[in-house]
Amino acid sequence: MNPVRTYFRNIWLALSSIAIGMRITFKHLFVRSVTVQYPDVKLKLPPRARNRLYVNMDDCIGCDQCAMACPVDCITIETIKSTPDQDLGVTSTGHKKRLHVPQFDIDIAKCCYCGLCVYPCPTECIVMTDVYEFSEFDRKNLIYNYSVMTPADIEEARAKLKKAEEEAAAKKAAAAAAPKPAPTPPPTPLDPK
Amino acid sequence: MELLQLLGLETNLLTIIIVSALPLVFILLYALVTLYLEMKVSAHIQDRVAYMRTGWHGVLQPFADILKLLQKEDTVPTAADRFLFKLAPFIVFAATYAGFAVIPFSSVYIGSNINLGVFFMIAASSLVVIGILMGGWASNNKWSIFGAFRSAAQMISYEIPIALGVLIAVMITESLNLQEVTQFQSGGIQNWVVFGGPLPLTQKLLLLPFTILTFFILFIASIAEVNRTPFDLAEAESELVQGFNTEYSGMRFAMFYLAEYANMFLVSAVVVSLFLGGWSSPFGTALSGPLWDLFWFVAKGMFLVFMQIWIRWTLPRLRVDQLMYTSWKVLIPFLFLCVFAVGLILVL
Amino acid sequence: MDQSRPLPTNYVTQPDRVITSRGKTVRTEEMIINMGPQHPSTHGVLRLEIVVDGEIIVDAIPHIGYLHRCFEKHAEHMTNYQQVIPYADRMDYVASMNNDHAFALAVERMMKIEVPERVEYIRVIMAELQRIASHLVALGTYGIDAGAFTPFLYCFRDREKILDLFEITCGARLLYNYIWVGGLSHDLPAGFVEQAKEFCAYFKPKIKEFNDLLTYNEIFIKRTANVGVLPGDVAINYACSGPMLRGSGVNWDLRRDDPYAVYDKFDWEVQVGKGEVGTVGDCWDRHIVRVREMEQSVKIIEQALAGIPEGNVQSAVPKRIRPEAGEIYIRTETPRGELGFFIMSDGSGSPYRVKARGPAFVNLSVLPEIARGAMIADLTMIVGSVDIVLGEVDR
Repeated sequence: MNPVRTYFRNIWLALSSIAIGMRITFKHLFVRSVTVQYPDVKLKLPPRARNRLYVNMDDCIGCDQCAMACPVDCITIETIKSTPDQDLGVTSTGHKKRLHVPQFDIDIAKCCYCGLCVYPCPTECIVMTDVYEFSEFDRKNLIYNYSVMTPADIEEARAKLKKAEEEAAAKKAAAAAAPKPAPTPPPTPLDPK
Repeated sequence: MELLQLLGLETNLLTIIIVSALPLVFILLYALVTLYLEMKVSAHIQDRVAYMRTGWHGVLQPFADILKLLQKEDTVPTAADRFLFKLAPFIVFAATYAGFAVIPFSSVYIGSNINLGVFFMIAASSLVVIGILMGGWASNNKWSIFGAFRSAAQMISYEIPIALGVLIAVMITESLNLQEVTQFQSGGIQNWVVFGGPLPLTQKLLLLPFTILTFFILFIASIAEVNRTPFDLAEAESELVQGFNTEYSGMRFAMFYLAEYANMFLVSAVVVSLFLGGWSSPFGTALSGPLWDLFWFVAKGMFLVFMQIWIRWTLPRLRVDQLMYTSWKVLIPFLFLCVFAVGLILVL
Repeated sequence: MDQSRPLPTNYVTQPDRVITSRGKTVRTEEMIINMGPQHPSTHGVLRLEIVVDGEIIVDAIPHIGYLHRCFEKHAEHMTNYQQVIPYADRMDYVASMNNDHAFALAVERMMKIEVPERVEYIRVIMAELQRIASHLVALGTYGIDAGAFTPFLYCFRDREKILDLFEITCGARLLYNYIWVGGLSHDLPAGFVEQAKEFCAYFKPKIKEFNDLLTYNEIFIKRTANVGVLPGDVAINYACSGPMLRGSGVNWDLRRDDPYAVYDKFDWEVQVGKGEVGTVGDCWDRHIVRVREMEQSVKIIEQALAGIPEGNVQSAVPKRIRPEAGEIYIRTETPRGELGFFIMSDGSGSPYRVKARGPAFVNLSVLPEIARGAMIADLTMIVGSVDIVLGEVDR
């Protein structure tokens, strides 16, 4: 195009596009703001929100599925088998609890909030809540210990288990050492009388 | 001096010093107000609210900002040129403040009523370039040097459109003294130079397109003079971190910042005095008097400052060669045309 | 000079230029500037070593690796394939759904799983919503690079609505773990379809507002037109993909040319740069391709919302993911370009090798080619138009 025409056309385009832009920003001066004042106003999170983990220890059966599903290995679970005479109760979903859980630690600083631990839990005891304000000053406080057993309980459970195992081992040894009874003859077929 | 007579004080050294420090007080107050205005206007343009927690709706935030800057550690880079590094912010501020000496704030107050008023102002504000170059060089930082070079080139090239715009106003008002220029325009809005000045109607109508055009071009050039978007490549955050300001922190940075805001008002004040009637009331003799004059002057100045803020938050920034192109190939030819036309109309 | 990484072997240092003027000689040197890992405009931790002559760039050498998080090594140590999906999310954290989609597709092809059609439709809706969100980030930050601070806020205001949609579906706003191998983690909640339709109706005028404010602004056009021109054949030679390639005039989009999911059922157009305000392949072309892709995405979402079939989204999720030994390479179209996953399985439950071909990494390699001869102010615009996300460049 003719350079003179280009020159004037550029100037006209510049001025008109600037004017359009300024009109838009001027109109926005009178639009209500879209932000909320956070500490005073807190938005409600939707029901499926994935934030801090919570474990309901009454329902935990110690199956270790959540720890195996976690991609960053932030759940540490240790279990102690219970002896048959102990009754640990039944979870709210009907599963019978057979394991003590002396250690159930979640390092929430490692957690990547993917939610993969929630799906395999048979009793739905580990859930992701909508709590997002849980910062701490000390990193050690971010390791959540969910187990409800006191050290005395743990000692007792371990001692019981050890005793039961020893008894079982002794029983097995005694059964191996005792004289075998005479084998009973196989049952004869009934006389077809 | 009229202010002293009005207040009934004698003119000795002490009172003269106090009176010449009045613009400094004004600058400090104005900086606080403009900081608040900028943050609120930019926030509402962007559909958000700015600070709400420091004082009611953030009114105390400028104080908090200044307090934060004052209590920062004073760091001077090891390899920097210490003397120039420390001197640069003061030169920038002093050059800007020197320009305030000839601005008529009111009919009874002008710092120095010299006959060469606006010429002195243009000369004194050119010293800002030296301060910026000093700051960029003394920081011993490649990014600062870039910013300083670009800024120096920009400010020097935009002095010419400003001088030409001033020339046109002076041709109509026939005086370089800003107080006389303002008094020439008193008597109501129709007497303002931007609408042709207090001249006979035919001459006025012929002058009208050229004076309005000159006003817009002068306004654009004044934004460039102050290093604000769309001409802020000297401190373009996305490219040069902070340009020549990169190594400055604390009080020195506050000084640069204050100088930038003072410069914003200075160029607005010059445009207001030359084109928009200065301190004269738009209604003629109604609502005029020494305090009313101050009110009208500050109101018009703040209106232009608001326009600068609005433009800043809308437009992207120009590249350095496009900036030079705008100045030399667009603004100056149109201004030459206006000078020629205005001169012709005034002579005939 | 950085001792840790020498210049490439074919780099020729220019001899110092000597200018003679009135009997005196003035020497000029090239300056080496570092646009360091921390910089307001390098979109992440990218280090650019720029060799400049005055204001003209002679060479621009990107140094990457500041965000390397060993994604591929982690993937080899996971106990099953589902656990790799959160890691794949975090590669390109701005376009998370697309990463999940690509990985899930790869494993499904290996195991020859057929997902229900409802799952395919929902995956397309999520991928296109994510495309809009990612482009909003790219365009907003591009405005900041140019100096316009306001369009960024407008883009993020619109992006909030998309993130709200994602939050009611899967609970997270940025890293979703939603698209699983064989299906999805949750079905759409009640009210999603209405909210998504509302969003589409809300968003169309916003694109126009954004265009008026930034795209057709003459200052922005002057900054981006004829800058960083990438010719079509050079783009193909460097294996660029996505808006980089389409902006150079090459009509290639994996959603149409190598279809996956149900993209072939919808009616939409591939956007190609035509050099409307300058040369084909300049920064403005790439920008307008992204803007128009957002419009096309809205079109796809509306069509998909109108036609979602009923079904169970979890019916095809396998209990145990154990593909037979073999390899597969799958490629999908993410907002940045062609994301490819190469998975080699040895028959066990965890992958033997996962390699991610990140589009941002490949697109970044063309930077020295297009930055030569530009000015420093242009370099910011060029880097912004490549639209890199360092998580994907470094994985």
